[in-house]
Amino acid sequence: MKRVLILLLVALMVFTLAACGGGSSGAADTGSATADADNPAGASGASEEPAATPVKVGFIYIGAIDDGGYTQAQHAGTEALKEALGDKVETAYLEGIDDTNTQAAQDAAKQLIDQGCSVIIGTSFGFGEGLFELAESGDYDDIIFLHFSGSNINDTNFGNYFGAMEEPRYLTGIIAGMQTETNKIGYVAAYPYTEVKIGINALALGAQSVNPDATVQVVYINSWYDPAAEKAAAEALLAQGCDVIAQHADTPGPQIAAASAGKLCIGYNLDNSGLEGLEDAFLTAPTWHHDVFLVPTIQAIIDGTWTPESYYGSLADGYVDLAPLTANVTEEAKAKVAEVRAQFEAGEPVFVGPIEDNAGNVVVAEGESLDRAGIWSMEYLVKGVTASE
Amino acid sequence: MEAFLAAAIVAAMPLLFATLGELLTEKSGSLNLGVEGMMLIGAVIGFITAYGTGSPGAALLGAFGAGAAGALIFAVVTVTLRGNQVVTGLTLTIFGSGFASFVGDPLIGKSVPKTVQAFFAPAPVPGLSEVPFIGPVFFRQDAFVYLGYALVVLISIYLYKTRPGLNMRAIGESTAAADASGVAIDFHKYAHILFGGGLCGLGGAYLALVYVPMWQADVVTGRGWIAVALVIFASWNPAKAFAGSFLFGALSILGFRLQSMGFHISQYLVDMFPYIATIAIVIISTHKNRKEDLPPADLSVPYFREER
Repeated sequence: MKRVLILLLVALMVFTLAACGGGSSGAADTGSATADADNPAGASGASEEPAATPVKVGFIYIGAIDDGGYTQAQHAGTEALKEALGDKVETAYLEGIDDTNTQAAQDAAKQLIDQGCSVIIGTSFGFGEGLFELAESGDYDDIIFLHFSGSNINDTNFGNYFGAMEEPRYLTGIIAGMQTETNKIGYVAAYPYTEVKIGINALALGAQSVNPDATVQVVYINSWYDPAAEKAAAEALLAQGCDVIAQHADTPGPQIAAASAGKLCIGYNLDNSGLEGLEDAFLTAPTWHHDVFLVPTIQAIIDGTWTPESYYGSLADGYVDLAPLTANVTEEAKAKVAEVRAQFEAGEPVFVGPIEDNAGNVVVAEGESLDRAGIWSMEYLVKGVTASE
Repeated sequence: MEAFLAAAIVAAMPLLFATLGELLTEKSGSLNLGVEGMMLIGAVIGFITAYGTGSPGAALLGAFGAGAAGALIFAVVTVTLRGNQVVTGLTLTIFGSGFASFVGDPLIGKSVPKTVQAFFAPAPVPGLSEVPFIGPVFFRQDAFVYLGYALVVLISIYLYKTRPGLNMRAIGESTAAADASGVAIDFHKYAHILFGGGLCGLGGAYLALVYVPMWQADVVTGRGWIAVALVIFASWNPAKAFAGSFLFGALSILGFRLQSMGFHISQYLVDMFPYIATIAIVIISTHKNRKEDLPPADLSVPYFREER
């Protein structure tokens, strides 16, 4: 009797778990999601398919689609893609896929291909190697792979895309630099990675462009996602006299810390101006708009005109942007942001020499500027930034 | 310094509640590794109750009740059915995290109502908050923190000064002897597992209601496991559990403070401190071999009366 009861309880827990989707369970949002034996790996070919049959795009997400940050922004792009292309496109996705494991990315891709996807999009850096191996293996020549944030590319079926987040970050730096009274800007950062450092440097240079005395203090929390740690890090920065808190981490923890201290904050990924308690603190947030890349790219795939590219979106095409500036941003700062924004949209580079790193070495000489490759080899932090790694 | 220590108290609270809960559970002879899960269940239900009713009291009850309900699963499987405690506890952790993600899903990004936030806003204790150093650190906190202080005192008295506390410790040390002296084993075990689970639920709720008053998936991020280590660190003593939580809370924010002051110290290194401290304490206490520092002798041993 007891054994039966135990079994029942275990079965109940397993069932509830499965229902909760606690693991990496996927969800496909179209009716024909099951793996059909008579539809092997999109064998009909992707790019040559007549427009009558929709092209099916499979997305691999690292987090949950409503994580309130990174993956939610990715999924908003997917939704906008469906909206824009209507019947011509179907989508499927797998969420919560481990991006530290090549095998996991490949398994996810194969599962999506079995569901009939002919375009596979990996939306996290760590998916890159696994997907590139599949693309190069010869077994998936009729599948198109697109990778967010990586640099792999081939001549036939693998492209990558990313955005000049440094542009909006620089603009937020202008706001922070003009509105700080202590000349100390706090920055809650996830990890000392290149992408994170680019953001810190862009913000610091933006701030110093309007306020030469502005400094940036960075705290790394060694996590992309930890609301309490992010808040604690922001509190530490506030205690050191920082009066504007920016962040490259995924939760509103730092914003709540700034708001409860009566200071200002700059978010990331999402416009949190409407959140209760942040009314007097929230300035703006750098945001991603993935549909700006996805819609024309998938359209090109449908038309058969797609060729692999290494896309780098910008303020000019709207791939990266700022959330609407709130009433907490001064008119003066709004005007300056608009002015510099126009320069970026006209193609001016963000990182223009002379730039010194925080050890005093000249890293970009006078009269020079950094191109995409130069930006992405940035391993230093600029003058005025303090951080420990 | 005062500001740092005051922040450490706040960082310590989720750990303190969970540690006290697990301490009671272990003192009564059960090793419940589901702390992380019960904290998450408590956090999500506490948040939902606060969000739905706007009442801080209801939110606390909800969180406590939810943590206890999670612990009930553990109690039924391990006490009544005599299942393996380690496996059941681990399952409870996984279950709790799935449950919180599932139930909390529609609420992500929603804030705790203003009434509840106001209730848990820092409120200085008259008199005590004016004491130099002690006041700013310990007595300018929120109501939840004062509840934590009270629990440390009450649980200490209960464990060491009352008859039921003695009975319960007897069960943990030697279930058979306690049974022979007429202590109701299953009742005591159930009561302490449930109450312990309730405290874990409150620990989780502190994170979701007070610390970051907004629902986020997976708010607990491993603090349940630190609490399990803390019980060992505290050698099953509530006062030491408070000291340990304070220390671990301080360590968890120390790295950020040092970084923001411009000290060059790796956050990876700082993240290791609590665990190194726990290992050190275990080694020291094993080496000293003092009876009161050792785990309850019958910890995690299922009790079959017929097998005495």
